[in-house]
Amino acid sequence: MAHGTTTLAFMFQGGVMAAADTRSSCSGLVACPASQKILPIHSHLVGLTSGTSADCALWKRILARELRLYQLRHGRRLSTSGAAKLLSHMLHPFKGTELCVAATLCGWDGGEKMNLSGPRLFYVCSDGTRLRGMLFSVGSGSPYAYSILDQGVHWGLTVDEAKSIAREAVYRATYRDAYSGNCVDMYHITSKGWTRRNREDLKEEYYREKERRKHEKTERRDVAFSD
Amino acid sequence: MFKLSEKILLLCVGEAGDTVQFAEYIQKNVQLYKMRNGYELSPSAAANFTRKNLADYLRSRTPYHVNLLLAGYDDTDGPGLYYMDYLSSLAKAPFAAHGYGAYLTLSILDRYYRPDLSRDEAVDLLKKCVEELNKRFILNLPSFTVRLIDKEGIHDLEKLTLGAK
Repeated sequence: MAHGTTTLAFMFQGGVMAAADTRSSCSGLVACPASQKILPIHSHLVGLTSGTSADCALWKRILARELRLYQLRHGRRLSTSGAAKLLSHMLHPFKGTELCVAATLCGWDGGEKMNLSGPRLFYVCSDGTRLRGMLFSVGSGSPYAYSILDQGVHWGLTVDEAKSIAREAVYRATYRDAYSGNCVDMYHITSKGWTRRNREDLKEEYYREKERRKHEKTERRDVAFSD
Repeated sequence: MFKLSEKILLLCVGEAGDTVQFAEYIQKNVQLYKMRNGYELSPSAAANFTRKNLADYLRSRTPYHVNLLLAGYDDTDGPGLYYMDYLSSLAKAPFAAHGYGAYLTLSILDRYYRPDLSRDEAVDLLKKCVEELNKRFILNLPSFTVRLIDKEGIHDLEKLTLGAK
């Protein structure tokens, strides 16, 4: 389901990289240029939100509460897969109503067994979909983000390369999509938990690119005239 | 494809979310029956149970929009295939298909199906259907999972990737 946003997340050798824009739109105008679409749920799980902001914020809090209760009752954290299933089952009774939540859960599962621990990425949607994957992008800007990510994302990326491609994908999406824009938030999830990168205003990047293009054009023109 | 028991598979297509929710509900209930009673439901009983659930939900506020194929092997009756649709109809059939692909494949199955096909002939028939889909179907479906159920249980056969380039 597409709503006015661009959020993306992908898995690589260094963990999970998540990025999102910060524009909240409301029928054609920007309601909030500095909203937070990446919400931490617990130390090793982060959720990206798309859809109705209020619904997403509420259900994230409900999920965080249920996960904390699980942790207290069972003495261990619920896996990302379990958290995604829990959210999916909680949203199912509201299917057919106006509730609109498209969440991407990015987490790191601890544990002794090799194949059960490590980074995990799940997409959960209020129409009942629950998908596991290596790369997801959600929102109206997602096609633009997908095309950048599909070119460069692979398992062997370094952390810096991953950060730069995530940032580039959000930037390109905000350039083309009217409902995405303003700043970019980035979170990196590793075995030690999530770390947040400072919010960056993409306006600067836009002007820098404009300067670069103007520079290239004058260079090319000079070369053409010199021939 | 959902494994209901050692010799029953449920194939479920339809609306996003409904498929997984309904199929997992049936799957867990069939397993619960085994735990409570010590023996597994027969394919025919499982099919009728599934149909009853679909019918109960049909006239409620939240009907499940899913189309199903239930395939199983009964030790007394032999193999059985049950076709169910979202209006909770149930029919036992020698071969079946759901979706737009059915328009293309059912006539091939009508023409070449015989009750005494060998395993290899059956896989070839399936390949014929997939080749036709690759030729005429508007969506590109590069890969198909294939499973076989016989008196020994469920076997995973080789994936059909005739459409992949």
